[in-house]
Amino acid sequence: MRTMTFADAIDDALAHAMAADPRIIILGEDVPLLRRNLVARLGKDRFLGTPISESAFLGGGVTAAMAGLRPVVEIMLIDFIGVAADALLNHAAKVNAFSGGAWNVPLVVRATCGGGYGDGGQHEQSLWGWLAHIPGLTVVVPSTPADAGGLMLAAVEHDHPVIYLEHKLLSAPWLEMLGGADRESVSFDVPSSGARGPVPDSWSPVPVGRAISRREGDDLTIVSVGVGVHRSLEAASQLEEKGISAGVLDLRTVSPIDEEVLYEAVSRTHALLAVDEDYQGFGLSGELAALVLEAGIPARYARVCTETTIAYARRLEDETLPNVERIVTAARQLMEE
Amino acid sequence: MQPDRWALYRHMLRSRLFERAVQQLWDAGDVSGEMHLGTGEEAIIAGVVRHLIDGDAMALDHRGTSALLMRGVDPVALLREILGRPDGLCRGMGGHMHLFSPDHLAASSGIVGSGGPAVVGFALAARRLRPGTLAVTFFGEGAINQGMLLEALNLAVVWELPAFFVCKDNGWAITSKSPSLTGGTLVERARGFGMPAVEIDGTDVETVWSVAREAVARAREGGGPTFLHARCVHLEGHFLDDPLLAALRRPLRELSEIGVPLTRSLIQPRGAPIRKRLRGLQSILGTLLSSYRDASRHSEQDPLMRARERLTAEPDRLEALERDVTAELEEIVETALLPTEATESHPRMAGEGA
Repeated sequence: MRTMTFADAIDDALAHAMAADPRIIILGEDVPLLRRNLVARLGKDRFLGTPISESAFLGGGVTAAMAGLRPVVEIMLIDFIGVAADALLNHAAKVNAFSGGAWNVPLVVRATCGGGYGDGGQHEQSLWGWLAHIPGLTVVVPSTPADAGGLMLAAVEHDHPVIYLEHKLLSAPWLEMLGGADRESVSFDVPSSGARGPVPDSWSPVPVGRAISRREGDDLTIVSVGVGVHRSLEAASQLEEKGISAGVLDLRTVSPIDEEVLYEAVSRTHALLAVDEDYQGFGLSGELAALVLEAGIPARYARVCTETTIAYARRLEDETLPNVERIVTAARQLMEE
Repeated sequence: MQPDRWALYRHMLRSRLFERAVQQLWDAGDVSGEMHLGTGEEAIIAGVVRHLIDGDAMALDHRGTSALLMRGVDPVALLREILGRPDGLCRGMGGHMHLFSPDHLAASSGIVGSGGPAVVGFALAARRLRPGTLAVTFFGEGAINQGMLLEALNLAVVWELPAFFVCKDNGWAITSKSPSLTGGTLVERARGFGMPAVEIDGTDVETVWSVAREAVARAREGGGPTFLHARCVHLEGHFLDDPLLAALRRPLRELSEIGVPLTRSLIQPRGAPIRKRLRGLQSILGTLLSSYRDASRHSEQDPLMRARERLTAEPDRLEALERDVTAELEEIVETALLPTEATESHPRMAGEGA
C-alpha cells in the first residue's frame, strides 16, 4: 500500500492508463498546465488546451470517441456543463441507442463538483442527479484516493460515456486554486481520510456500479456519495454515542445504483437516510426511496440534501449543504418515529 | 467634446482603492472563494460607464465590482456583499461573481460569455420600454470563443439592438495565452457579423471615453450595436493567488512546489520516450517564462498611473482629490465592517424561491 492525495491518485491512475493505451487523450481549458505532471511523463501532444468553448470541445469529444479515440474531456467545474449540456443530453447519451447498439461513445467527462469553500451557487453545485437522470450516462463520484484512482481507471476503460466528478474539498489543487486555500487565514472542513489515504501498489479498476459499505450498523442505513460519505461517517460515530447503530453505504457510482447492496442493507435495518449534497427535489435521494419501495422493502425514510441555491455567505452555505448536525438530527428523528 | 479628466481619475482611483481593500480582506480570510479583481481595467470601465444614464442596463461578468461602483451602487452595501453579510447588496447570497442591482439594471454572472445573451435581452427591453436607453456588456477576451457570445453578436445586429459589447483583453485566459486559442482578430469577427468594431488601447481612459461616446450615441439613436476591443492588463492576474503570478512573485517556493512532482513524473517508467517528455517539459516552462516576459503582467501599463500623469500639472488639486477619495474609502471600509443587528440574524433563504 502506498499513500496518496486524492488528486495525485487520479493523475497517477490516468498516467498508468495513458501509458498503456495511446488512444487516451486529455482536452480542456488550461490542461497543458493543470496536467503538467502527466505532460512531463507522456509528452505534450496528448494534452490539448482549449479555448473557453465547452459546447465545441465537449461535442467534439463525443465524435472523437466514436471515431476511435478515448478522450478525457475536462470541464473545469460541473456547473459549466450547462453551456455544453447538449453534447451530453442529446448526443453522448443517445448514440448507442440510436445506432441500435452498433456504435459506442467511450468518453470520460472529468469535472470538479461540490461546495464548502465559499464560491457561491454558480460554482459549487453537485448536479450528479441531474446528469444521472439521462439514460445512457454513467456517473461516478469517488470519496477516497483509492476509489478516485480506481474509478478513473474504470472510466477510461468503459465503453460508454462516464461523468467523473471530483469533489473540490477532497482535491487539494482545486481547493487551493478556487478556495484560495493557500491563505493561512482560512480553513475548510476537509475530510482528511478523503483528501489523503492508502492506494493500491498497482492500479486496478474499481468496477462501475459497485457500492461499498464504509461502516456496518443495525438500526439505520445512511446512503451517500462524495464528501457526504465522510459527513455521514462522522454523524454515525456521534449517533453511536447516543445508542444508535448507523451503517454508512458509499454508492461510489450514482448511475447505475448498486441496487443489490442497497436492498441488502436496508432489508436489515428497515431505515434509510439519504445524504445527498445534490439538490433534494427530483434527484438521487428520491430515487433511493423509489427503488426501496419498488423492491417492496418496508423501511422508514428521511433525507438530508441541498434544498436551495447555495449561498455565498460561508455560514449560510454551511447550513445549506448537508452537515453532520443535520444528519444526526434527521437520524434521531427517524429512529424516534 | 473633451472628457472630464478629473472625474474619470476620481472614479478610477475610488475603484482601485475599493478593490485594494477587498484584496486585504481576502488576504485576511474575511472574503471566501475565488477573488477576481478588476485592477488594471478601470480605464475601460470608467470610459464607458461615465456615459450611462438612468434606464441603461449593464450585463457584467465575474469582475463587476468596478462597474457597479462607478454606476453609483452603494459602496458599503457592495463591500458587505463581498464580505457575505446579510446586510450586503444581495443579502450575502451572491458574492463578488453574482452581484445584482435591479435599481441600476445591473446583473452579473460567473459563467464566461453569458454577458452576450444578457445584453441582447436588456437591449431588447430598453428599445421597447425605455426608448433612448441602451445596454452594455463587459467581458474578457477569453469569452470571445464561447458560442453564446458569438450568437449574441449576430442577434444584436439582426435585431438592430441598442447594445454595446465591450471586450477587456488582457491577453490571458487563466493560464493560456489567448492568441494561441483564438483564430483571426476580434474586430474582424465582429465586423463579419456586420457590426462596427474598434480596437483601442484600453489603458488610456480618454481614448476609451471618446470611442464609447460614439458607440453609446449610436445605440441611443437607433443605430444598432458596436463592438469595442480594448486592450488592458490585470495587475493581479486572473484571480488572487493566480498560479502564474505566484510563480513570478515567489519563484523559490512555487517553483519547487511545481518542480518536484514534475521531475518525479519525468523519470517515471512507462510513458513517452524521453525526447517527447523533454519537449513536454519545455512547453510547460515556456508557459511560465512567457508569462514573465509578457509586458501586460507588469505595472507600467497601469491605467490609473496613466490617467494621473495628465493631472500632475495641478499638484494641489490632485493632492486634494486623492486625500478626499482616500478618506472616503477609509470611511466606507470602516462602516462596512461595523457589526449590525442583521449580522447576527442571517435569514435562511429556504422557501423564498431561491
